[in-house]
Amino acid sequence: MEIKGRLFALTGKDGHLIRDIDTDQIFHNRYLYIIDPAEMARYIFDNLEGYENYAKIALKNDIIIAGHNFGAGSSRQQAVEGFKALGIGAIIAPSFGAIYKRNAINSALPIVQCPDVESYLKNACIKHGEDVTLLFEEGKIKSASGKILACLKPSKVQIDIFKAGNLFEYGKIIA
Amino acid sequence: MGKTIVEKILQDHTMDEVKPGSTVFLNIDVRSARDFGGPNVVKNFLKHYKGEKVNNPFRTFFTFDLVAPAKSIKYAINQSICRKFAQEQSIRVFDVDAGIGSHVLMEEGIILPGTTAVGTDSHYNIVGAIGAFGQGMGDVDITFVFKTGKSWFEVPGSVKINIEGDFQFPVTPKDLTLYILKRIKTDFGLGKSIEFYGDAVYNMPLSGRITLLSMVTEMGGVIGYIPFNQSTIDEIKALTGKSEFKVYKSDADAKFEKEITIDINGIKPQVAAPPHPHNVHDVDELKNIKVDLIYVGSCTNGREDDIRTAAKILKGKHVKKGVILSVAPATRRVYGNLLEDGTLKTLFEAGAIVTNAGCAGCAEGHIGLTGEGEISLNTSNRNYPGKQGKGETYLVSPAVAAASALTGRITNPAEVL
Repeated sequence: MEIKGRLFALTGKDGHLIRDIDTDQIFHNRYLYIIDPAEMARYIFDNLEGYENYAKIALKNDIIIAGHNFGAGSSRQQAVEGFKALGIGAIIAPSFGAIYKRNAINSALPIVQCPDVESYLKNACIKHGEDVTLLFEEGKIKSASGKILACLKPSKVQIDIFKAGNLFEYGKIIA
Repeated sequence: MGKTIVEKILQDHTMDEVKPGSTVFLNIDVRSARDFGGPNVVKNFLKHYKGEKVNNPFRTFFTFDLVAPAKSIKYAINQSICRKFAQEQSIRVFDVDAGIGSHVLMEEGIILPGTTAVGTDSHYNIVGAIGAFGQGMGDVDITFVFKTGKSWFEVPGSVKINIEGDFQFPVTPKDLTLYILKRIKTDFGLGKSIEFYGDAVYNMPLSGRITLLSMVTEMGGVIGYIPFNQSTIDEIKALTGKSEFKVYKSDADAKFEKEITIDINGIKPQVAAPPHPHNVHDVDELKNIKVDLIYVGSCTNGREDDIRTAAKILKGKHVKKGVILSVAPATRRVYGNLLEDGTLKTLFEAGAIVTNAGCAGCAEGHIGLTGEGEISLNTSNRNYPGKQGKGETYLVSPAVAAASALTGRITNPAEVL
């Protein structure tokens, strides 16, 4: 499974990938009542400084990269479903919040752990805004120039749920 | 080889082999959804399991604690969606009068030591305080558990934190918690089960254990445990009304991936400044910051001990003019106990607003938000930007909250005792 999209790096004022982006910055608690995914999509990152207008400029298949512990905080599924509704291709970070990771896996939003993603960016192996390809099942990024960059391979359960489409479909297969 | 607490509990709930990193299918003893997440669970269930029944309605619950009672039509509709589904499925609802779901389910003796429990609440791992395995989950996960009674789980590795030294009032379990966060941030415990050792944590009452283990979430951890002593067991019996339960402890040769020792001798009351719970400072470094809104309560600091601590400092004094102090007990039972022993009267006379039990000052709660430029002090667990309004939030202990309510600025309780 290859996902080709624009690399979108979430960097802070210090130029580093933003660490500990929490679910209130991804999908703020004032929208918790929302049940409709299309409506969720509108509010993605509207509480993340510097990226408040992301939902308006997002491109289909964007591959978002962020710092350590992306998705810290609450258990809200909207912080995953909003990306799905926006058509985001994948999210890559050195690590994810424990609950966020489960939620993303269960909804088949491709997330990939990549301990070295910041150094790839710093060494210009990959650049913000360029098109890259994520080789999801292998856990690798192919840069615009064709360089292969290693990340962690998704777990078997993650790939199985991804292929099934979501946790519900996966449940039917294993039942 | 020996096993850690989390490995033992998980192993008793699965046929699969439990070892760190392996994926197991876990039997879930208790599952709940709140007014937040609950309507999404109902929506998912009706979409994917139309016409079917939940796995075991007697082990399945709704707990309304987030916006309780509903303050807007949208929340009222969401709660009614859950009530209707609950009625059709014979699921018990702990409604808006009950208080914080995780606490209520412990008080009711539904979540007990050694059980597995999941809910749409990221602080569900609070039940680690009574030796249960708890996990906050999103609505997809919870829907699946409602239907099947099971969930997949990646067994977390375990890490160990040794606390050296002791603390004394006005340093409280919350200050210890914030100090640990300051030291380990989200790096040490991310995705792990964190076990805490040392006399300082071992001797904490259940309320203090709840405070520390609730904030394992902010440490990035999956769950946390402190070995029980006899008084923990007595307190759990008194809390839950049950005396039969399984108590787990780690084997002497259990494998911990990492271990650190944190010396807490001489620590001061601690304050987490924005924008992260781990941005922690000694109270004296922040002592001149003027405050507008103060909240005592939440799943982290909403037990009797927490609110009594605040009342002790406020007794016979009055909240400074211009400062709003709100107090929300964690549960209706806590409220009743504080009503009976006069604590709520003390708070009333000191000028505090006391509200019904629930999450109150956390996400979109009832007890006020800050406007631009305003400062709030909060005994809860998160201070991410924008969480409690346009202003900034500092996380504190109930003692610092109460002392600051008297002076109108961030205050070391030692100053007002």
